[in-house]
Amino acid sequence: MPPLVKDAKIERHTLSVLVDNEAGVLARVIALFSARGYNIESLTVAEVDQAVHTSRITVVTTGTAMMIEQIKAQLDRLVPVHKVVDLTVEHDAVEREMALVKVAGTGEKRVEAMRLSDIFRARVIDTTHTSFIFEISGAPSKLDKFIDLMRPLGLVDVSRTGVVAIARGPEGM
Amino acid sequence: MPAPKTATPTANEPRDAKTAPGRVMDGAHMVVQALVDQGVEVIFGYPGGAVLPIYDALFEDERIRHVLVRHEQGATHAAEGYARSSGRPGVVLVTSGPGATNAVTGLTDALMDSIPLVCLTGQVATHLIGSDAFQECDTVGITRPCTKHNYLVKDVNDLARVIHEAFYVATSGRPGPVVVDIPKDIQFQQGPYTGPSQVRHRTYRPRVKGDYARIQEAVELMAHAKRPIFYTGGGVINSGPAASQLLRELVRLTGFPVTSTLMGLGAYPAHDPQWLGMLGMHGTYEANMAMHDCDVMINIGARFDDRVTGKLDEFSPGSKKIHVDIDPSSINKNVHADVPIVGDVAHVLEDMVRIWKARNAHPDKAAMASWWGAIEGWRGRKSLAFKNSSTIIKPQYAVQRLYELTKDRDVYITTEVGQHQMWAAQHYHFEEPNRWMTSGGLGTMGYGLPAAVGVQMAHPKSLVIDIAGEASVLMTMQEMSTAVQHDLPIKIFILNNEYMGMVRQWQQLLHGGRYSHSYTASLPDFVKLAEAYGCVGLRAKTPDELDGKILEMIETDKPVIFDCLVDKHENCYPMIPSGRAHNEMILGDAEDQPGVTEEGKMLV
Repeated sequence: MPPLVKDAKIERHTLSVLVDNEAGVLARVIALFSARGYNIESLTVAEVDQAVHTSRITVVTTGTAMMIEQIKAQLDRLVPVHKVVDLTVEHDAVEREMALVKVAGTGEKRVEAMRLSDIFRARVIDTTHTSFIFEISGAPSKLDKFIDLMRPLGLVDVSRTGVVAIARGPEGM
Repeated sequence: MPAPKTATPTANEPRDAKTAPGRVMDGAHMVVQALVDQGVEVIFGYPGGAVLPIYDALFEDERIRHVLVRHEQGATHAAEGYARSSGRPGVVLVTSGPGATNAVTGLTDALMDSIPLVCLTGQVATHLIGSDAFQECDTVGITRPCTKHNYLVKDVNDLARVIHEAFYVATSGRPGPVVVDIPKDIQFQQGPYTGPSQVRHRTYRPRVKGDYARIQEAVELMAHAKRPIFYTGGGVINSGPAASQLLRELVRLTGFPVTSTLMGLGAYPAHDPQWLGMLGMHGTYEANMAMHDCDVMINIGARFDDRVTGKLDEFSPGSKKIHVDIDPSSINKNVHADVPIVGDVAHVLEDMVRIWKARNAHPDKAAMASWWGAIEGWRGRKSLAFKNSSTIIKPQYAVQRLYELTKDRDVYITTEVGQHQMWAAQHYHFEEPNRWMTSGGLGTMGYGLPAAVGVQMAHPKSLVIDIAGEASVLMTMQEMSTAVQHDLPIKIFILNNEYMGMVRQWQQLLHGGRYSHSYTASLPDFVKLAEAYGCVGLRAKTPDELDGKILEMIETDKPVIFDCLVDKHENCYPMIPSGRAHNEMILGDAEDQPGVTEEGKMLV
């Protein structure tokens, strides 16, 4: 969709969406983004309250301020959506992501991978004589950096969770 | 014109007292019971394998009348016509697979125009879902983007609740279509029935009351306006008859001019001097010029659609904009609102009227006089004028005569989509809401005939006319058979120019007069076609026989197809070419007309 204000700045926002955990709810959210041409940088979802069957979707999206407003309004309009919160604007929030990183190699490279993982506080969760799987969590930028460093050392596979986020302070969503 | 019929007070109220909730019954009977408890009297449908149990439950049931259509698209449009003209939700019942996919066009149409529909679709048995069974399709997947909400019922214990929820969702907030997909085995299973009063939706509570401080701010802006205009839309109609009454009160209190979108026609009476006519691509010169030059725009239940705004960055450049809409996502979508008010039109208008009166507001008299002076100047341009002929029927003249000969009757008008639709909007004048049924957002050719079927079901004694084009009407012509079967004396008034007129007009204006595939050779003989269907066919070829034939049509107590042979090359004016602003209209008689820009050619 065309931005209403020409040359408006593209912003990156993290939205938290509380939804009923019913069939098709994730498809609704994703279809909304694709149908209206919005971007999804990452999206995570899991049930957060089994007693009342609610799930929390964390979606990182980009767009102009007006597009982000529109995305929030469109999300809020979906019938199974309880609440939409813009963690980038409305709250001071913490964001974390986890990655599993498989690195294969021997000799000096293997030692260097191990040394770097220590600096990044990554944990080794599987190993063979020729490979490691590291578990690392933190801000997405930290994960990016770690993965970049692993590339010349024999990076084989990466699996990332996408961002989860929560507002700081005592209040709930 | 008599007051429109509205739903009887009991119609939408739960009737569970009579039905003893908790009674065990099978899914199919639960469906019928739920419809009865929702006050449904009429459904539009087509049977098939996956809904046979529901049809069995309907067999000889006196409480619900079923209208058998000839194609499922017809059922959805008929339900739209029923809903739009009565203020009650329209109900559709179709089978799985092709039954559901055929309904998609009507569901999308209802979504775009905010029409409350509940569409029940049959589905293959739950154990067959996903196996590519006969007449299986992913109905909830296919209809997810074209419904307000949809459900697949996998447990008979949820069935009654889901149907009641579907009615609540379809009719609350911004109305829209809701699909309930019911597998065949669920229709056979036994379960306890749940009444409507036991059902409360977990999350969905649209806000109806507008923010009071914002409304005060809006009234303040209005009170100091020098060049104000009301820009009203389908939301006024959807909000119910009270909203139209309140709009009239507020417009008269303020003395401001009022224009409306295609969807909002009838909310404000067309005979009134404060009425400027429709705005937008084929709106009047005075409405569009006033929108362009205004300093305060009061948008009541309209959505700044591209047919209305024209070129966005030149849309009403000097105005402060108040936007009242029940859907928060409509606000700031296309046009920035200075005073956004989320709420139901009737609720907000009520507050506006109260605050205006309490404030004892009096707009600047001199400014208003000069504003009305400017408007009178634009009105003097007579943008709807056309050159009439004594030998050939001009389509505008046909609509004018139809209006003159039917305006004192209890009449409902539907249309198809194209030039005839715009001529109908320009030259047929509406005094009351719910009298005008047209496909605005989606622009669905083939809407009008089945919609007329639905309207006539809601208003059996009224005169229901589909102002049609010959190309559109052929898309759903088979529904004449429905009209005949159910004794619905609808009148199909075809402005026959043998072209897809609007396509032809755009090809003339944008594509160098290369009329690529917009001429329909070998059209049927509509009079004989009418006879084949068992209804009455009439034809008018010259202006002098038009009135007589129209009267004959009105007097005929059966469905009529009226073949009105009109000028084949008439264009619909005035017109804002694509990509142009409101003050760059083409008028029918102007010499130096602004053409379409290269950028405009990209637009629809």
